Amino acid sequence: MNGLIVNNLTVDHGAIRAINNLSFLVPRGKLTAVIGSNGAGKTTLLRALSGLKEVKTGSASWNGKSILNTRPERLARSGIMHVSDGKSVITELSVKDNLALAGLWRKDKKDVAAATAEVIDLFPILGERIKQNAGSLSGGERQMLAIGRALIARPKLLLLDEPSLGLAPLIVEQIFQTIKALTTKMDLTVVLVEQNAMGALKIADIGVVLNLGTVVAVDHAQTLLNDPAVRAAYLGI
Amino acid sequence: MLKHRKKEDKKDHKKKSHSSIDSPRKRLFLFILGGWLLLLLSNQVDEFSLYQGAFVATYAVGIASIILLTGYSGQLSLGHGALMAVGAYAGALTINNLKWHPVVALIMATLIAGLFGLLLGAAVARFSGPYLAGTTLALAISLPSLANQFPILGGQQGLIFDVGATPARFGDEFSPYKWFFWIAALAALIIIWFVANIAASRFGRTFRAMRDNPIAAQLCGVNVARQKVTAFAISSGVAGLSGGLLVMLITGVSPSAFPLSLSLLLLSGAVVTGLYNLKGVILGGLVLVVIPEIAESLLTRIGGSENLAISLPGFLVSALLILAVMFTPNGPEHIFKRKH
Amino acid sequence: MTQFITAVLTSLSSGAIYALMALALVLVWRSTRVVNFAQAGQAVLTTYIGYEVIQRTGSYWIALVAAIISGAIIGAFIDRFFMRPIFKRVTSGPIVLIAPVVATLGLLGIIEAVIGIVWGLNNQSIEPPVSNAGLNVNGTVIAFSLFNAFVLGTVALAMILLTLLFQKTNIGLALRASAYSPEISKLSGIKVDMVRTLGWAISGAAGGLAGMLYVPSTYLFPNAMDILLVFGFIAAVIGGLESMVGAVAGAMVLGFAINFVTTYISTTLVFPTAFVVLILVLLIRPSGLFAGKKGRSA
Repeated sequence: MNGLIVNNLTVDHGAIRAINNLSFLVPRGKLTAVIGSNGAGKTTLLRALSGLKEVKTGSASWNGKSILNTRPERLARSGIMHVSDGKSVITELSVKDNLALAGLWRKDKKDVAAATAEVIDLFPILGERIKQNAGSLSGGERQMLAIGRALIARPKLLLLDEPSLGLAPLIVEQIFQTIKALTTKMDLTVVLVEQNAMGALKIADIGVVLNLGTVVAVDHAQTLLNDPAVRAAYLGI
Repeated sequence: MLKHRKKEDKKDHKKKSHSSIDSPRKRLFLFILGGWLLLLLSNQVDEFSLYQGAFVATYAVGIASIILLTGYSGQLSLGHGALMAVGAYAGALTINNLKWHPVVALIMATLIAGLFGLLLGAAVARFSGPYLAGTTLALAISLPSLANQFPILGGQQGLIFDVGATPARFGDEFSPYKWFFWIAALAALIIIWFVANIAASRFGRTFRAMRDNPIAAQLCGVNVARQKVTAFAISSGVAGLSGGLLVMLITGVSPSAFPLSLSLLLLSGAVVTGLYNLKGVILGGLVLVVIPEIAESLLTRIGGSENLAISLPGFLVSALLILAVMFTPNGPEHIFKRKH
Repeated sequence: MTQFITAVLTSLSSGAIYALMALALVLVWRSTRVVNFAQAGQAVLTTYIGYEVIQRTGSYWIALVAAIISGAIIGAFIDRFFMRPIFKRVTSGPIVLIAPVVATLGLLGIIEAVIGIVWGLNNQSIEPPVSNAGLNVNGTVIAFSLFNAFVLGTVALAMILLTLLFQKTNIGLALRASAYSPEISKLSGIKVDMVRTLGWAISGAAGGLAGMLYVPSTYLFPNAMDILLVFGFIAAVIGGLESMVGAVAGAMVLGFAINFVTTYISTTLVFPTAFVVLILVLLIRPSGLFAGKKGRSA
């Protein structure tokens, strides 16, 4: 089957079991929101999928190919981009250099230039601040930079870790809408990990609810939004 | 933080069941027992072995100072040779200029070096990692050459450190090497007992907390800077004693007795025999003394050039150091602990 | 007046060599978070290789190239086959912070011991390619020679090349990014391990250059570069360990302090001066002169 298949994934952080026997599917071309409270294992999940964390039990495959325990740079080069939490930009480098990172290894420099232009089109503020150090950007701008950098690699699978964290509601809305638009326009498969359950479910096709490292619910995002139990637990209603 | 405490409790619990040094009374008992055994031993062995034994004890004291500073409180020093030198010169001056008893000289060596360590520690308390290493490294190379600046320190020739004749009451048969051995062994026992007490005390726990997670320790109310200085001062005092013992054995102190390689040798001895546990100090001292011997016997067996003869001991110590880091990084006893 | 000018020139010249060693140390520090004490061993080993080349070809210049290239190879080798296994093995316990440093100390000892076995401990000499005699300026002979000028020029050239590499090339960007954030770099598709090895190679090459520029003024023996390592380290710490600019600045501060003290006060105060300068700088700015907001913890 095409898409991301996670099967019986178990990941430990030292003595703590962060993910316990996790299984779910992410269909190709869809936006899947993974929601849950702190400590649910969301970040660990993404890190396991992008090669940053070693996994001893379980399997995960993208388009039929296993992706676990692979070097992160290999996965990145094969079209799986992970935008890690904390607005992952290198503050000591300029916006231009940050963007250039994702294209450094690509041979098709023309396409890299084209992709960069598209990203600046998408996030004009980056173009304005192109020569500035990333450290001088605001939280929202950094998030745009991080996402923009990932897009330059023309990814097929995009793993986003809490892009809304610490951002003003207006910016969050903007970013979420952008992510939604990208999914359809670029035939991206997106896994959106979020604490902002409402916002994530609103734009997602599918929702996965995690609690203490296991899946407690998987359904169409709209269904989850209307589910009273989910609403009570995660949407504060 | 919670997880850390759990691990710490586990370790302490394990220590209680495995280690025999778990209560002050037991420690004192071992100390006295050890002393008595060494006393008996010293009557059985020949003079040369006694002399070497004294060196083992001296190095053991030096290694104990490193374990206290680097193992327990997590500060890496590359300049303990310089601290030994401070103690050594203090001791020599006490005997020569103040004309006091050699044992007092050793005590002075400890105190002066400790005071020096207190000042130095206060200055470097806010340095960490490489900055501390760099400063102690600079100290190691610059301190000995200071002897040339002040005539009272005897310049290149250095000063004499003579503990004098062995006390008359021991009779004429009592060799000076036995006397050296007794002094050095007693000092080593006292120091090991002292440092072991520190390790088991509140101080030791604070040091270890500081070493593993300084931020968490600070949040728990530990004055990290002050504890660091304390550890540094005590460690320097112990190193000073080691320096005093060393020059007692070679009957003189001079700048050339404390090259940079001495500091590195001490660190190597500590790492090889376990940086985090006092159990290895004696073994460490033994290793440092025995390596040249092993090198020599290796050479007589395989034959070799003079170049080989001179470079082999250094090669062996360095190789041991690398092997220790690769295979027993947290001390030899960890080989026997299974991963859970 | 001539004394002053001489002091300035010799400060620049020795500062230049310290700068090379400091740069080598900072390069490795930034990419691997390790102080590479084996640098002294690598540098002296490449100088011995240069010595052998001179014995066979009689040319200092070929030896210089050989030293730089072998320095790069040895540096890469050490990262790939020594440091990486150590990092893989030592992953827990309090030793994690100091294990790599201690390992480089062990490596230093081994390299120098092997050199002692193969070449012996006697002093060897490498003749400078240009005159090492003091230059004649307006009738007075100053303590600055054509060779000193050559050293200064070569190091300046090396600095320019390195700056161009780091600031203007893709490889340079990869090197910088990997040093600032290995994780983000990996997630961007950069082969961080290979880049790190490249950093070690450049560092080794710098050390190789430093050795060939230093030894003609003194003797070649297994421990010949130890003092230079210490000064390079002190210079790097003064400059803040975080930047190349800092390394050069720190080296110049140290070079000037030492040379002026030896010229005007006493020739025996070299080491104490280094220590005093270091402690003064760190007391005023605990992160070194140029360290930014990162602070001084590893």
